[in-house]
Amino acid sequence: MALNIIVLAKQVPDTRNVGKDAMKADGTVNRAALPAIFNPEDLNALEQALGIKDRFPGSTITVLTMGPGRAADILREGLFRGADDGVLLTDRAFAGADTLATSYALAMAVRKIGKYDIIVSGRQAIDGDTAQVGPQVAEKLGIPQITYAEDIEKISKGKVRIKRRLENGVEVVECPLPLLVTVNGSARTCRPRNAKLLQKYKHAKTITERQVENLDYIDIYSSRPYLNLTEWSVADVEADPVQCGLSGSPTKVKKIENVVFQAKESKQLTDNDMEIDELLRELIENHTIG
Amino acid sequence: MANFYTDTPQYRHHLQHPSMKRIVELKERNYSDKETYDYAPMDFEDAMDSYDKVLEVVGEICGEIIEPNAEAVDHSGPTVQDGRVTYAAATQENLDALNKAELMGMGLSRKYGGLNFPMVPYMISADIVSRADASFQNIWMLQDCGETIYEFAEEEQKNRFLPRIVQGETMSMDLTEPDAGSDLQAVMLKASYNEKEGQWYLNGVKRFITNGDADIHLVLARSEEGTKDARGLSMFVYDKKNGGVTVRRIENKMGIKGAPTCELVYKHAKAELVGTRRMGLIRYVMSLMNGARLGIMAQSVGISEAATREAWNYAVERRQFGKAIIEFPPVYEMLANMRAKTDASRTFLYETCRFVDLYKTLEDIARERKLTPEEREEMKYYSRLADAFTPLGKGMSSEYANQNAYDAIQVHGGSGYMKDYKCERLYRDARITNIYEGTTQLQVVAAIRHVTTGTYLQRIKEYEAMPVTPELEPLKRVLSKMSQMYEKLVEIVVTPKDEEYLDFNARRLVECAGHVIMGHLLLQDANKNQELFRRSAEVYIHYGQIEVVKNYNFVSKSRIEDMAYYKPDLTV
Repeated sequence: MALNIIVLAKQVPDTRNVGKDAMKADGTVNRAALPAIFNPEDLNALEQALGIKDRFPGSTITVLTMGPGRAADILREGLFRGADDGVLLTDRAFAGADTLATSYALAMAVRKIGKYDIIVSGRQAIDGDTAQVGPQVAEKLGIPQITYAEDIEKISKGKVRIKRRLENGVEVVECPLPLLVTVNGSARTCRPRNAKLLQKYKHAKTITERQVENLDYIDIYSSRPYLNLTEWSVADVEADPVQCGLSGSPTKVKKIENVVFQAKESKQLTDNDMEIDELLRELIENHTIG
Repeated sequence: MANFYTDTPQYRHHLQHPSMKRIVELKERNYSDKETYDYAPMDFEDAMDSYDKVLEVVGEICGEIIEPNAEAVDHSGPTVQDGRVTYAAATQENLDALNKAELMGMGLSRKYGGLNFPMVPYMISADIVSRADASFQNIWMLQDCGETIYEFAEEEQKNRFLPRIVQGETMSMDLTEPDAGSDLQAVMLKASYNEKEGQWYLNGVKRFITNGDADIHLVLARSEEGTKDARGLSMFVYDKKNGGVTVRRIENKMGIKGAPTCELVYKHAKAELVGTRRMGLIRYVMSLMNGARLGIMAQSVGISEAATREAWNYAVERRQFGKAIIEFPPVYEMLANMRAKTDASRTFLYETCRFVDLYKTLEDIARERKLTPEEREEMKYYSRLADAFTPLGKGMSSEYANQNAYDAIQVHGGSGYMKDYKCERLYRDARITNIYEGTTQLQVVAAIRHVTTGTYLQRIKEYEAMPVTPELEPLKRVLSKMSQMYEKLVEIVVTPKDEEYLDFNARRLVECAGHVIMGHLLLQDANKNQELFRRSAEVYIHYGQIEVVKNYNFVSKSRIEDMAYYKPDLTV
């Protein structure tokens, strides 16, 4: 049984190694100061896909990412680790997308890819931490979703068995194919880049990347078709421009500020409902919550 | 994300040496593999870029997996049950990661599935792996036995065994026996040929075999009944799949505890002859040993790097008398010497690798076509240099690894004596490097003829002819004085024509040559990259100068008769 797998991946600033110049004065992320990396949980997702391919030889893995031109790095990273193909969704009209517009664009791209049995993505990205994109893509495609997956344990007879990591334990669930799975960071880490695949795919480029002067080894792009990375625009995936990018994003960022927790005192409550109600009221009034 | 390749700019410096152009061109046969293999380079720049990118992967695996696993590996180690070895779980995890990354068979040609890497990037990997976990390097580096199969086995044997190494099957070289350690001529493991079956069988015992439960073994055995010397020994390959060899026990060692050191029992074990009968020790083991010595040189450099970094980091953090201890002269002097010895060992390692690359690749080309007279000259020239540099480098860098590991503990003070700190493991791991694959004393035996025949001196003259920037001229003058002193010392020792006197002073002579050569190499490094190497060049050349003077004084201020005071009186 060979499966078609799509991995949704995102290039993110490496917020785990934040230096003092990580934020600009206006409160936005200074992307230039942070190295761009493969979102860590998307690597966990890729590993789950590779694990399926190990078990079912002949399966294919397509990495799909949305982002600026440099996000093609993510596709190459995927190929170096064992993916078969990569699609970069890039267009000025996609810029400024929130999770809704992003999931719309990704869902359109998935439709364009066509055949798929499993879509995997990381639980969430380390820049936005919303954990919404995966579930929204599943909704838009009208397929079931399993979140917080730790291991895709078994696939047989059109069904998949998945172990989920919950707050206080694990849960094993079954679901029919096709489906979307979001993978938790506690899943096994992704295998390293493969020395042969790295050498095979290091020249893989999107059409935009090939349009530079003095492109090295220009002939190999016709003799080695696998070095041509797919690049799609809004029009290519037949998306409605209004639902893309900033115009398709209901989320508006009003202000970003650094929150430093300052309260030092603590308060002991009993399990009395009255006291809890009282605390809630207090927290709402001083705008700690709500 | 720790990356042991990118965090040490010395690696890229050595990778980018001008000789690489010639090495890669030869190794890649003018880049002809690109028609057949999708991972072969297009040209020189492409090949260099591939080495760099693959080394980044090695650096990441070492920084993220192998080094974090090292403590657990050291504590649990391998186990043996029913004659079979199981690695520590973390060792197995390391192997799996390197296998998934297809980093086995790095030096083997693509025909067998290898990466066809020259020695330089291959040994950079070994250096990095050793820094992460010296014991793991023992297991990983044994893939080098594949090189011996490649050089001496039949085509059909190569086709059977080499792809298996690339796929991650491990190897061992079974040489040592209870009564045959440094003296391998005494090997007794019996190889007998059954005429009817057309099959060789092995019977006997081997001891101290690193990774002795490997999938594929190279075995030195006595094939000629009744012989007692090297000429009765042949090389065999034993395939674990055929059975017949069990592990009787594994040694409880001081260090490199992750690498199983096995006592093996051969009972009617099927084996295949490699190459020609009687050439086992004389030809094949000598070649195997040279490769292995280069591996230990890399292991020593890796341990030195780890020790230097551990000591440095501790000295920066540890505060006493109101400041970081690194600010105290006795501490920073130790650290500067450690860095200098590490850089000196490393530059020597890659110089040796380049010699090996040049002659081995030409030797390999000679299997395909006749070499031109110029190529033959080139091959002979570098073969001689490799032969001279390998024992000298193995000897000195392994002694430096020990000194650095010792000093790393000293910088840590009492804490370093506790098991809690990594420097304690490094100290134990380093201790074997100047013992196995020939003790330092035996490296001197191999190196001394290059003192007396002038191989080192000739090479030193070549270094002296290389220009340096004006601010480095004073260092060059010091080196030139050191070299003159070395020359004089050789004369003093050689003139009496007394073998024992030469043996008595051999180590002093060999080390003097080493100091001058390492000094020159660091000078050239500093000439290319002052920022990275100036300090080490200055510190090492000062250190080396004192050592040369010391050795010179030892010899010149004593008489040949004084040897008698050292010599045991066995008549009493």
